Amino acid sequence: MSAVSSNLIERRIVFLLLFVAVALPLVFPIGWKTEVSSYAKQAWELIESAPDSSVVIFSFDYDPASMTELQPMAEAMIEHAFSRNHKIMAMALWPQGMQLAEQAFLKVKESYPDKKYGEDYVNMGYKVAGIVAIQSMGKNMRDVFPADQSGTKYADIPMLSKVKTLKDVAYINSLSSGTPGIKEWVMAARDVYNTPVTGGTTAVSAPGLIPYVNSQKQLHGLLGGLKAASEYEALIGRVGSATVKMDAQSIAHLLILLLILTGNIKAFRARKRSAE
Amino acid sequence: MSSFMSVFGLWMAVFFTFSIFSFLYKDNPFYKFGEQVFVGLSAAYWLVYLFYSIMLPNLFTKLFTDLKGNLILLIPATLGLMMLLRIIPKTQWLSRFPIAIMIGTSAGINMLRYTKSDMLSQISATMINPFNAATTSAMIGNILLIFGTICGVYYFYFSKKQEGISAVPSKLGIWFLMISFGASFGYTVMARVSLLIGRLEFLLKDWLHIIK
Repeated sequence: MSAVSSNLIERRIVFLLLFVAVALPLVFPIGWKTEVSSYAKQAWELIESAPDSSVVIFSFDYDPASMTELQPMAEAMIEHAFSRNHKIMAMALWPQGMQLAEQAFLKVKESYPDKKYGEDYVNMGYKVAGIVAIQSMGKNMRDVFPADQSGTKYADIPMLSKVKTLKDVAYINSLSSGTPGIKEWVMAARDVYNTPVTGGTTAVSAPGLIPYVNSQKQLHGLLGGLKAASEYEALIGRVGSATVKMDAQSIAHLLILLLILTGNIKAFRARKRSAE
Repeated sequence: MSSFMSVFGLWMAVFFTFSIFSFLYKDNPFYKFGEQVFVGLSAAYWLVYLFYSIMLPNLFTKLFTDLKGNLILLIPATLGLMMLLRIIPKTQWLSRFPIAIMIGTSAGINMLRYTKSDMLSQISATMINPFNAATTSAMIGNILLIFGTICGVYYFYFSKKQEGISAVPSKLGIWFLMISFGASFGYTVMARVSLLIGRLEFLLKDWLHIIK
């Protein structure tokens, strides 16, 4: 067998193993516990410490491609904000974010059926222009959002009666999988108007955003990927979809570690053989 | 009818999921079909979506309902049209003006924001008293943060040949960079596995109803 076809078969075996390693824990959950990181704790603390009845912004800056990682975060954070009686103004810097926001609210409302649209939460819809839109929100919110998703005028939405600019919201929570997203919120909202920003992102984007979680508090914590989503679920005492999926994630990581180890041993032996 | 459409949609999603996964075995017509349908659908979807969610509410509706009050919108509308003139060779030069405005505006906005958020605030965040920490691990973290930042930045100092003692921080900088690349790779693996989990959850939950 040639080296090329041998490599191809090995690759297929790896794919198959990974497929099984992810599928089995989904069918037969193990129930491993997740340890909460300081980044998730900081995000939780920001929401926990905001006063009762505060108006807050949840920005849904992602699309269905990132749903697996970000939707559990969105649901857990909405649930936490609802439990603290915060008034959530949902919006999106990504076009499909508003549908995902609707889905998340629908899901959380199963546990909070008494929360009313317009009084406890509102969906302002998608806003084009990213950082420019955020800058404009810092000057006049009503100009940026003349009406909500269903066409109700800004002035007629009870929970927004006292919200004129970004300075009037207690914190901003951006769930983002790219640009525009958390970085734009930090640049145009936190660093200009001093409004605290927290958020969640995909695991791929997390390393680029972690430097903003610093002594300057540019970001109040950060949820990076499915693991952080499960950490947040643990913090609010919820067994959500992220917690269930973490078993599969952990098994897959163990398998990948094993494969890296096997690959290195194989490469080492091949190098030794060729040296002889 | 809606029930039929949702079942049909589900089976379509299953078909395309397997078509794309089939590439893992080898390139095949199912994969190619799935890939091309995705590209075509995405292009059409975004065209319609952007027209209805950006052009219509922000430009056309405003101009048609209150032209006098929205005269200023004719400026971006004209600039947009000038951009489209790029497709006609004779009028191509006109598109340079809106492009110049876009580049100038973006540069202006980004210069201010990046200087504040990515430079000044990041530098300030490194100017900390490392020993002013609640726990020992936090203190070690602070020391590593300062040390790693200095060594990492020094690695990119090319004005003097790095040899002898001056090469030491540079070599340490490489180590810090390598560790950060490793962490990024770990996060990337986690993200990719999450995508697989999402697809398998769809197959096992929505399609096969094996899991709740």
